[in-house]
Amino acid sequence: MADISSNFLGIKSPNPFWLASAPPTDKKTNVVRAFEAGWGGVVWKTLGSQIKNVSSRYSSVNYGGKRMMGFNNIELISDRPLEINLREIYEVVKMYPDRAMIVSLMADNDRKSWHELIQKCEDAGAMGFELNFGCPHGMTERGMGAAVGQDPEIARMVVEWVMEKATIPVITKLTPNVHSVVPTAKASVEGGTNGLSLINTIQSVTGVDLDTLVPNPYVAGKSVFGGYCGPAVKPIALKMLTTIAQDPLTSTVPISGIGGISTWKDAVEFMLLGSSTVQVCTAAMTHGFRIVEDLCEGLNNWMDEKGYQTLPDFIGKSVEKITHWEDLDINYHHIARINQEKCIHCGLCYIACEDTSHQSIHVERGHPYNHYTIKDEECVGCNLCQLVCPVEDCITMEEHRVAPEYVNWKEWQLRGLPLNDH
Amino acid sequence: MALKNNRLETHQYSEYFTDIHPPFETFDAAVIEANRCLFCYDAPCMKSCPTSIDVPKFIKQIATENIKGSAHTILSSNIMGAGCSKVCPVEKLCEGACVYNLMHEKPIQIAKLQRYSTEIAIENQWQLFSRKPTSGKKVAIIGAGPAGLSCAHMLSREGIDVTIYEKESKGGGLMTYGIAAYKVTPQFCEDEVNYITSIGGIEIKYNHELGKNLLLDALQAEYDAVYLAFGIGLARQLDISGEELEGVEDAISFIYDLRSNELSSIAVGDKVAVIGMGMTAIDAATQAKRLGAKEVTLVYRRTQEEMPCTEHELNIAKLDGCRIIWLASPKEIVGREGKVSHLVCEIMQLGPADSSGRRSPVSTGETMTLEVDMVIKAAGQMPYEHLVKYNKLNENKGKVVINDKAVTNVNGVFAGGDCVNGGKEVVDAVQAGKDGAAAILEFLK
Repeated sequence: MADISSNFLGIKSPNPFWLASAPPTDKKTNVVRAFEAGWGGVVWKTLGSQIKNVSSRYSSVNYGGKRMMGFNNIELISDRPLEINLREIYEVVKMYPDRAMIVSLMADNDRKSWHELIQKCEDAGAMGFELNFGCPHGMTERGMGAAVGQDPEIARMVVEWVMEKATIPVITKLTPNVHSVVPTAKASVEGGTNGLSLINTIQSVTGVDLDTLVPNPYVAGKSVFGGYCGPAVKPIALKMLTTIAQDPLTSTVPISGIGGISTWKDAVEFMLLGSSTVQVCTAAMTHGFRIVEDLCEGLNNWMDEKGYQTLPDFIGKSVEKITHWEDLDINYHHIARINQEKCIHCGLCYIACEDTSHQSIHVERGHPYNHYTIKDEECVGCNLCQLVCPVEDCITMEEHRVAPEYVNWKEWQLRGLPLNDH
Repeated sequence: MALKNNRLETHQYSEYFTDIHPPFETFDAAVIEANRCLFCYDAPCMKSCPTSIDVPKFIKQIATENIKGSAHTILSSNIMGAGCSKVCPVEKLCEGACVYNLMHEKPIQIAKLQRYSTEIAIENQWQLFSRKPTSGKKVAIIGAGPAGLSCAHMLSREGIDVTIYEKESKGGGLMTYGIAAYKVTPQFCEDEVNYITSIGGIEIKYNHELGKNLLLDALQAEYDAVYLAFGIGLARQLDISGEELEGVEDAISFIYDLRSNELSSIAVGDKVAVIGMGMTAIDAATQAKRLGAKEVTLVYRRTQEEMPCTEHELNIAKLDGCRIIWLASPKEIVGREGKVSHLVCEIMQLGPADSSGRRSPVSTGETMTLEVDMVIKAAGQMPYEHLVKYNKLNENKGKVVINDKAVTNVNGVFAGGDCVNGGKEVVDAVQAGKDGAAAILEFLK
């Protein structure tokens, strides 16, 4: 059995699965249930000045019969009195000293407020902080949340205030509502943050009610932009994570990955692209805390299968595999192959290729089943047919290099090689 | 042993004759199934439907909550899409061709989804088609069955004024009178006929029978064209001794009776033999069993390999507790005091293939005797040969001969459905009606 225990800046947890700062971590009852279920740690829902929430708070995107493919919220930071939160944090840490207890913070925008809040949380037993520079709604109008994360200089200033006071590790959580997460990440590292986490939620409108014409979520006939998360945002999160994991400065600090992680596979992908721990929220809000069992078992089995003993053995292994377009090998070419034994004649590959790609699939009409074959000379190896095929391994991509040597775009241009393939 | 009605308690009648394929109860249930559909291109299900319903499209429309669009997709190809969703042998048509079968997965429940959309359309009386302004042209149709109704609807949409002459007192044809009660209720059939005719421009004159109180010459004189869709009706006789005995009935009239009367008034025997293994034989056997017959035996002269009914239908009969004797051909019905007491069958074996391509049954010379008090004959139906010949229509064994466009040898007279094909599925008749309408419209140009 592999060892899936995690050590993030000295904060230990039995596994790398933390619950992200969100409703599931806003009180003792939930967090105790989460720890009973087996979660490695929590980021306690953001503490700051007293706020008030509205109703409703959530909305979601369903797709193809699957609910909660994307999820959006307009909740603010914790709406419970600070004293109660601190007391409960203290109690939970006593009950579960082996689990990570990170506290998310969003103090008012002055040094004194941050210092006071940090002191109180450290006194309550917090093991680390996560600075919420990302909340995209409600708090931004007050100069907090994403308003901090969207301006690298403000972020740097706040991180510096925090670092003056904090005696435990500090993680800065980045907002994705920027054209690049790197500038704020850099400023935060320069300001002294010990780690980074990303992504926070993405500003969104999940939909419009076609009867009332009011967008979701509904609050007395109105709506606001909410923070989008869930499986739908995973690819965006992975991209942003990679930019942090590749930057020479930001890659010097550990990263906690967040964004649509629902399964152990998602988690492994985040870790391969540089996350040391992963944070989960929507999947737990969809199915409850019990999902952690498969997260742990799946990760463990995969590590055993691949021969990884500990998490650092594979964390970041895929980071260098994402390169620049101009460095890709132009001589690499592959062609789709349809396994006629497996083909169920649904025609999805054909119509996708014929209507929207390169007309590379030949159809031989039959009754009732047509037969589909690849026109090798037309296939550009785009993968679309393989992606739409409903049968596992029915369409595979077969390597047919144009030439043996590696030639990238820069080289191609230098040599004046032909540009038009058709 | 005797024929007896009222064998069941009142609640048993409704229980035994309730919908054999229950509908989706909720939108969510329908959508879960709709979302399983792969939305195939040039879909095998669509190609396997005689009316070419765009199955992937209508299923996708359920998934997108466009139920009206879904119903329109179905009904524009098949105006009896609701009825067909209940009576089609889908296991050998659309569902049988579903690509999921090739993955050894359960096919999409196409019929059930089709029923979902079309029933909502009928319940809400959605008018999905509009009629063009009256063209002044008039067409007479003989028979308000699936072919006649389908033809009428298509013609009416084009502004033709249609009069349908129907020999029964209700429309729907075999849908109303010839199909097991647990598949479609009389009320449903009536609702479907009314829904089809609600487009306007279609008048149905009931109790008008060609050759009796109606003559083709007169219709030709009064109308611009005539479409013959009078179906088939006469049960094929076995031509064995004892057919006249009390307790011998043909399946068509047995089902007709139970479809037109209170179920409790229908008498069945204690021990019933059903001759044949087509869909009608299965319907007769299961209905007799459900009416309280103690023992029902299906007798078929060939084997399961050659049977005309689908395996799905056979299983319904088996699950209802019907017994099956393969390779047995009725030789004689024996009676006592004018009532059936025994059925004597020759034991058969399979010989070489006949003209249908199936191996033909050959007598072994041995016989077996079943003790029965009722014999239901479901050995096929005969075309109205006399009627066809009388009207000087080209015929083939009593079936009206048409060219590939529903045109008969008599100018201005068209034909389709069972009277042409000798008896196929409802869905085939609907397609024939569409072809007939197209040919008539071409003719009226």
